[in-house]
Amino acid sequence: MALAQAKLDAAEARLAGLDLPKGGWSAAARADALARLRAMGLPGKRDEYWRYTDPSTLTTASPAGAALFDAGDEAPLFDGIDRVKLVFVDGVFDAAQSDDPAAAGVEFLSLAKDIHWAKGLYGVLEARGQTPVERPLAALNTAAASEGVLIHVTGSAAKPVNLIYLHQNETSDAILHHVIKLDAGAEFTLLENGPAAARFNKVLEVEVGDGARFHHIRAQGRDHERRAVTHIFARLGAESLFKSFTLTANGVLTRNEAIIELTGDDAKAHVAGAAVGDGDFHHDDTVFVTHAALRCESRQVFKKVLKNGAVGVFQGKILVKQGAQKTDGYQISQSLLLDEASQFLAKPELEIYADDVKCSHGSTSGAIDETALYYLRSRGVPLRQAQSLLVLAFLAEAIAEIEDEAIAEDIRQRLENWLARHES
Amino acid sequence: MLEIKNLHVKLEEDDKVILKGVNLTVEAGKVHAIMGPNGSGKSTLSYVLSGRDGYEVTDGSASLDGAELLEMEPEERAAAGLFLAFQYPVEIPGVGNMTFLRTAVNAQRKSRGEEEMSAGEFLKVVREKAKSLKIDAEMMKRPVNVGFSGGEKKRNEILQMAMLEPKMCILDETDSGLDVDAMKLVAEGVNALRSEGRGFLVITHYQRLLDHIKPDVVHIMADGRIVKTGGPELALEVENNGYAGILSEVL
Repeated sequence: MALAQAKLDAAEARLAGLDLPKGGWSAAARADALARLRAMGLPGKRDEYWRYTDPSTLTTASPAGAALFDAGDEAPLFDGIDRVKLVFVDGVFDAAQSDDPAAAGVEFLSLAKDIHWAKGLYGVLEARGQTPVERPLAALNTAAASEGVLIHVTGSAAKPVNLIYLHQNETSDAILHHVIKLDAGAEFTLLENGPAAARFNKVLEVEVGDGARFHHIRAQGRDHERRAVTHIFARLGAESLFKSFTLTANGVLTRNEAIIELTGDDAKAHVAGAAVGDGDFHHDDTVFVTHAALRCESRQVFKKVLKNGAVGVFQGKILVKQGAQKTDGYQISQSLLLDEASQFLAKPELEIYADDVKCSHGSTSGAIDETALYYLRSRGVPLRQAQSLLVLAFLAEAIAEIEDEAIAEDIRQRLENWLARHES
Repeated sequence: MLEIKNLHVKLEEDDKVILKGVNLTVEAGKVHAIMGPNGSGKSTLSYVLSGRDGYEVTDGSASLDGAELLEMEPEERAAAGLFLAFQYPVEIPGVGNMTFLRTAVNAQRKSRGEEEMSAGEFLKVVREKAKSLKIDAEMMKRPVNVGFSGGEKKRNEILQMAMLEPKMCILDETDSGLDVDAMKLVAEGVNALRSEGRGFLVITHYQRLLDHIKPDVVHIMADGRIVKTGGPELALEVENNGYAGILSEVL
């Protein structure tokens, strides 16, 4: 009881420090989210769903500061990709630094504007995602976000949209909530990169219509002390495709949740992640895929490279509902531990209520293959370069989930730069 | 070229002594063969020369053109011109064969202060050399040695050797696991590399590889030492009488 009360008190304390948006088209959805949050309270260390990641720094009224990362002369990510840039500085949209969203060939609006079509979507997938597991930080986001983008894709988008999250204030606390709707047959690529803030809470709701294709590639910023909790809620229609890849390099604390529902027959959902951490780094991927239709395919591919005491967490679940026959579910989580101080904690789960399904899962932890290292060196490849090659090889299966080769190459380059910076 | 003097080696983990004073000199332009029964230390010699972990040199030296090999890291030995064709080539999932080869070639060039090969130039050279070893484009795209047959792996070793153009080539049981046709192909690849400035050390159990790669000198190794040295006829003697006969004669 005391524990439950402490969670409720924490929620009230957090809310007291926030300036909640009032009125507007999303008022009802926000009021519902607020009620959900007040009923659940904020997560605590004793919650089963937070067993491996301490949420306390994500729930305090104000964030700890995070020094800004100096990228030096490193080229900005996705620089060579023809895209529409939308820039947020410490969680606030910056029109002056952004491109005209119309160039992407999608309907675009800021969350602050009063609009019609997003009314029936805002907070809806988040609310669905609260069972069977509570996700109070997502409810908090829905209730409190005053910034975000609403994107409606009616056909094949002309260009990818790139949300760029700049971090300029060392104590910023940003909350963003995006909603994306792809009509039947539409296709759209969303790119996200940047640290966003000292502390970042983001929700992305994606409704993928029948036959639509959604590609999502994000790179979370490298500011060493930043903290982030993100949720992706996606619902997939028949024969649709959802692909999401995340690169995380550094960050004191990152919790990325993906809650994906395959509700139409023959849909495909792939979620992948590559995380690299050195030292004070805690990275948590928590994925919940629900198969609720026939012949759907899902893949979860998560790889982590950890050194100097870095910690990686994977909690992945595949739930196959009754009647979801011919499901093809795959889940792999692997870590490459570069020293004995680092650790990887994995909790793979399958829950299956249909009798004609194929589901596989695997989880491994290992060190760099010394024989492969010797082989490379015996051909003249210097030690550091050989290690980098093997680390990239380890991450290859996750990066392979990116369909666009130019984007994949950008991600590889970013990883190589990280490895070069963290050689010792 | 390659000069090994009184080389003593034991396993790092326990006190098992494997090489007990190996003396061997391979001159430029010559092919030396080392034959010997299982456990005589042939493969250990190749690993120690190429710099594999797990061995401790307790005495002796090995040098390549006067440069002391045993002090160097494996990549430095490679850059100095040493190449070992592995008995069991290593599989490296996730690293493309072509990427691997190009990285190796350019790393060696860089360490010798030479200019890196451009992608176009590299591709041209590798295609030509791969063709003569019957290595197709598909094999070059696949991850290093992953899913390769025994013969493909060995041909891939020879391709690496051809691309890296080492001064001193050590072939560790390159014939093991090969059928007659594959062995011929590999031997042709090796013979094509024979030149005045290049030395070879061919390690094998059997005489049959030496039918295709004709040695100038044959050594018999037993119990961590070279116990007999002779011409090509020594290999035939092994073939006819086995090791037992020769060993009883020298020990």
